Amino acid sequence: MIRAVWLIVRKDVTVEVRSRELAYTTVFFAISCVLVFAFSLVQEGRAAPGVGPGVLWMAIMFAGNLALGRTFERERQSETLRALMLVPAPRPAVYLGKLAGIVVLLTLTEIVLVPLVALLFQAELLSHPFWLAAVVLAGTFGFASVGTLFAAMLVRARSRDVLLPVLLYPITVPVLIAGVRATVAIAQPDFDADIVRFWFALLVAFDVVFLTLALWTFEPVMTD
Amino acid sequence: MPKWFQPATLVCGLMFAATPFVIASAPYESTMGLVQKVFYYHMPSAWMFLGSSIVCGIASVRFLASGDARHDRTALAAAEMAVLFGLLTLVTGPLWARKAWGTWWVWDARVTSSLVGWMIAWAYLILRQYGGPGSEKLAAGLALFGMANVPFIYISVNYWRTIHPATTVVPKLPFSMGFPLIFCLAAFTLLLVLLMKLRMRVAEQQSRLDSLYLSLDEQR
Repeated sequence: MIRAVWLIVRKDVTVEVRSRELAYTTVFFAISCVLVFAFSLVQEGRAAPGVGPGVLWMAIMFAGNLALGRTFERERQSETLRALMLVPAPRPAVYLGKLAGIVVLLTLTEIVLVPLVALLFQAELLSHPFWLAAVVLAGTFGFASVGTLFAAMLVRARSRDVLLPVLLYPITVPVLIAGVRATVAIAQPDFDADIVRFWFALLVAFDVVFLTLALWTFEPVMTD
Repeated sequence: MPKWFQPATLVCGLMFAATPFVIASAPYESTMGLVQKVFYYHMPSAWMFLGSSIVCGIASVRFLASGDARHDRTALAAAEMAVLFGLLTLVTGPLWARKAWGTWWVWDARVTSSLVGWMIAWAYLILRQYGGPGSEKLAAGLALFGMANVPFIYISVNYWRTIHPATTVVPKLPFSMGFPLIFCLAAFTLLLVLLMKLRMRVAEQQSRLDSLYLSLDEQR
């Protein structure tokens, strides 16, 4: 099982390293998002106070949505999805492999995003880097765990491009709320570890629920 | 006379009796006055909303496990009911909140999670409508997540510090207010069951018609 997950991750990483399509488009899209927010929210050289964390999470969710759609679109276009489904490994292994690939890609994007948002919106995001990393990773994982399931499900559906955000955003709203609140607490000048810990624990709880549900659902919905 | 006529008459009678007789005779609440009576509609529709989300989730699980189209029809009917009663909940809530809290909308845990639950039910219907063939299975997966949200909506008022009244209010009601509430709950439950049955019948006849068309094509 772990070997199958690893092989799928390695396959995705190899394809990505050769084409760099997803990494480039996702990172560039995320930067464009942040710039759009900057142009609309920064007035007379000053960002509205406290918008930084929100902008960071919006950019993560928009870029994540795009990346999720593209990963599975690629499998569909090259007609490797059927092969992926025929892999002699349990279905959840396919799901976990895809999920790991998405999380890695989004983490790369976030490494670019966080300093950019901190710079453009004068947010003290990097004052507690370990907490920030933990919160952003937990949030990304929760978002991607639902997103991978739905992107995989929708791969053969009609109008999948627009259906993915329609399904994904209502469900991942809890992750967004907890992520933004935790990041706001991290960026506060008077850092309160208890508040951050509370929202982080909530994020982890959402991750566990989402991952469990997705692992349950992946097998029946991906079987013809 | 069709089979559903008598139950429909009963439900209509109960629903029409609710406002002019039962709710009107309930006493005014001491601080909120008249506006508190929205509650007799708000809470039953919220319960029906949560109930039909759960029914939709359970029917979806059974559909995923067995592949039986009957469970799928139940899930579809329940999702439509969740959208309907969720809308009633989200309209009656602000009507009351404007007077009681002084604002139409508050982003507190229960209001937010109810809105999310309602959006999931709506996304379910959108997916079924526009997802093309095979979307009923995908929608069933979505319904599971919608069901997971329900306990969160229910407990949110007791765990978070919010301004929404907690679930402990209801058992403490005096009889004069408790009776109209139970009456409305019963009427709404019957309404939900009736609408579900009718909707499932329509879906069943639709699928029967589809299979008839198919067999007709084969004969030609």
